[in-house]
Amino acid sequence: MKKLPGWVSKTMILFFWILVWQLFAVLIHNHILLVGPLETLRTFFSSVVSPDFWAAIRFSLGRILLGFGLAFLAGLATGALSARFPLAGELLELPIQLMKSIPVASFVILALIWAGSKNLSVLISFAVVYPILHISTRAGIAAADKGLLEMAQVFRVPFLRRAFYIYRPALFPYLASACRTALGMAFKSGIAAEVIGVPDGSVGEGLYQAKIYLDTAGLFSWTLTIVLLAVILEKILLRLLTLAAGKGARHEASEI
Amino acid sequence: MKHPKSDSAAGSLLIRGLCKSFDEKNVLSHLTLSLSCPGSYCLMAPSGTGKTTLFSILLGLEQADCGSIEGLDGKRISAVFQENRLLEGYDALTNLRLVTGSRLCLHQLQALFLTLLPADAFKQPVSEFSGGMKRRLALLRALAVPFDILLLDEPFTGLDEENRQKAAALIRERTAGKLVIASSHLEGDAELLGAKIIRL
Repeated sequence: MKKLPGWVSKTMILFFWILVWQLFAVLIHNHILLVGPLETLRTFFSSVVSPDFWAAIRFSLGRILLGFGLAFLAGLATGALSARFPLAGELLELPIQLMKSIPVASFVILALIWAGSKNLSVLISFAVVYPILHISTRAGIAAADKGLLEMAQVFRVPFLRRAFYIYRPALFPYLASACRTALGMAFKSGIAAEVIGVPDGSVGEGLYQAKIYLDTAGLFSWTLTIVLLAVILEKILLRLLTLAAGKGARHEASEI
Repeated sequence: MKHPKSDSAAGSLLIRGLCKSFDEKNVLSHLTLSLSCPGSYCLMAPSGTGKTTLFSILLGLEQADCGSIEGLDGKRISAVFQENRLLEGYDALTNLRLVTGSRLCLHQLQALFLTLLPADAFKQPVSEFSGGMKRRLALLRALAVPFDILLLDEPFTGLDEENRQKAAALIRERTAGKLVIASSHLEGDAELLGAKIIRL
């Protein structure tokens, strides 16, 4: 059989599953248990035109991204610090492991007690992303080419130049895969936190409303929105990272 | 290049009873060498006999288990490593700039580059270079910085006869009055560099 171009087969696979979804919706024939793709889209498009929808997106997206951005910077900073001063790394090891293993729900309750629901998703997104970034920054720095570092030492290359040409490309693959994981998790746990804390005018509140009114179409439409946002933002973020990483990283990436 | 101290005692390099072992395996055992500066030496020994280790110790990248080295204080060392150790994703200019900073201008770097490499490769990523071109760039990088001592660990690896001669001539020209320590397992290399052979 002749092989179809990638996008054609991908589109066909997508249509196949949408068809399966529609088939189940028709068979089950119950708007509360399952809504089909067409109805989901209809709800989605009718909410897209409402200003409340965009306000909720701004509210949640802004907070989740703020938490993500702060965690990115903090993880980069403490990760680099730990690579430079092993003692700091060992000291931070325990809290980082703790942050990684504490269930998000526990964080949410704690954050609600401490800070209330308004900025809940900033805290949660930070708590989820920070350990991932810290750990991969450490790993990325540790993976820098020893031979090149020795060369830089012999030629007395100043620290900033070393960071730019040797550490930055080494860091890139680690940061890229960390961001891919972390961004998805920030979205999932940020929205989950909003469903628990129900801050006014958030995406999480929208989902909560859908639960109360058994509005399955609304639930699906919000879910579609969140998935789309996460995908688009991941693409943008990776694009930015690749640009920031420079030529050296493109070379390393092509070697892997 | 000005020498802060030019008396011959300060210029020489004395290695006394140098030992180094990795995992119980003796790589260097009680090596004693006296190298006078200016001078050119070629260490000849089968591989695995500690030439690279000796270079690492001289470069301050490894600590000797025992023994002493005199005459390194205040000396600037440059080196060609056994591996090329280039920034593979970047072009030749960036690789040279990495070590020279703003000390040399673009024209000087370009002129240096042209002594051993073709002009059209100047802005090409090093990853596209052939093995021999990478070796020549590593050599040029070592010559681009000011130094008193130059260490060359098998500097002509992967070079054909013509380039070997050109590279050796350039090294001789740029290292007048300095201490050059090379390693090789080919007798011809010592001759090309005009170096005294030392067998380890």
